[in-house]
Amino acid sequence: MKLREIIHILEGKVVSDHANLDVEIPCAAGADLMSDVLAFGRPGAVLLTGLTNPQVVRTAEIADMAAIVFVRGKVPPPETIALAKEKGIPLITVPYTLFEMCGRLYERGMASCDL
Amino acid sequence: MKRAPTTLFPQGAITTGGQEETAPSKTGITKIQELVYELKIKQVMTTPVVTVSPETTMGELKEILRTRRISGTPVMERGGLVGIVSIEDLIKALVQGEIDARVSERMTPEVVTLRAEDSVIEAVRKFSELSVGRFPVLDENGHLVGIITSVDITRGLLQAIGLDYHEEEIQRYRASHIFEDILSDDTSLILQYDIPCRDFERGGEASSKIRRALYHLGGNPQTVRRVGIVAYEAEMNIMIHTTEGGKMVVEVQPNRVRIVATDRGPGIEDVDKAMEPGYSTAPEWIRELGFGAGMGLLNIRKFADEMHLESAVGVGSRLEITIMLNSKSNPLNRSEGCSLR
Repeated sequence: MKLREIIHILEGKVVSDHANLDVEIPCAAGADLMSDVLAFGRPGAVLLTGLTNPQVVRTAEIADMAAIVFVRGKVPPPETIALAKEKGIPLITVPYTLFEMCGRLYERGMASCDL
Repeated sequence: MKRAPTTLFPQGAITTGGQEETAPSKTGITKIQELVYELKIKQVMTTPVVTVSPETTMGELKEILRTRRISGTPVMERGGLVGIVSIEDLIKALVQGEIDARVSERMTPEVVTLRAEDSVIEAVRKFSELSVGRFPVLDENGHLVGIITSVDITRGLLQAIGLDYHEEEIQRYRASHIFEDILSDDTSLILQYDIPCRDFERGGEASSKIRRALYHLGGNPQTVRRVGIVAYEAEMNIMIHTTEGGKMVVEVQPNRVRIVATDRGPGIEDVDKAMEPGYSTAPEWIRELGFGAGMGLLNIRKFADEMHLESAVGVGSRLEITIMLNSKSNPLNRSEGCSLR
């Protein structure tokens, strides 16, 4: 599933510029615990999370993840956006809960990141 | 050049952007996809364009196509594009014995054009949409500046990939042959990073740099990812728990990476307990930021080949982590995929 399609399904808004929305996303993970993201995140995956601090971007970078979705309408602070820009990781905000966002993607056939 | 059997860059694990020897060239495709968007039509089109006038005869056209080795040409009248004529039109005219007909009678008058500033993806879309062999290319003022066929696109992409590949290869070659170019009985590259304490915003900077260094040295993506994860967990531990910060020393050898993370306190009271899942002494504010759930050391153990932790209260801690670079036996070195439903 392309990132563009994911954004459409989640009714999301891209908050960082120059993102390649045609990148193919193999699977998704929903987590607020960064060690879980490191343990179960997969290269190229999209991360759905309720946290917006810069370490979320750092964690996604270390785990080679392709994009981050912030749930419940959270807008990341400027330092998070700046780091994402530097690392080339697109940031997306969506208005709904983590549960609903994961549900929508799962329903549309998105695979789960796990071992 | 022949490489030693145990090397940071085992044959086939050297990568031009991410694939292991067993994995299909997924990143190769991605690279082409990127280029199709990045490259502009003006970069791949053929220019200058051979054109004919509406008054040209089909017989004259035959000679032009033959001598210029082209398969079609735009038809121009007083500087404006009025049609396009191809080898197909010529064959039909020959079959019907109308070799003396004017191009204006045999050409296609409605011409679909492309813009020079558009990305190559536009051309790819148009070629798959319409079954035509070529599109005239216009500049922003509507002037004919070139012509594009699918062969131009293929050639342009191959050239762009070739250039990228060549530049990347030279850089990678220089860095990745450091262990072969410098002769010694035992070569190590030592990278040292100072880790601040409680400077949450900078947490992870060192690990990010370690990752980049290993990529420059030609490490394969799976290994670099493992090293990055263990370094990041170790770095965050120093950042969260220590009173004076600490340092990480990364020793890169041809066959392994060793990370030694040390700090000067406060030290861990019960090392065995610290290794239990979920055990944590992190303050609440750290937990709110998504860390300090007592899983960090477990992650390190999971992704490392060896780990050794020692600590003394009031003195400090020392965490030594080893990752073998060619341990094919380690399941985490396999190419990673996602579970399918």
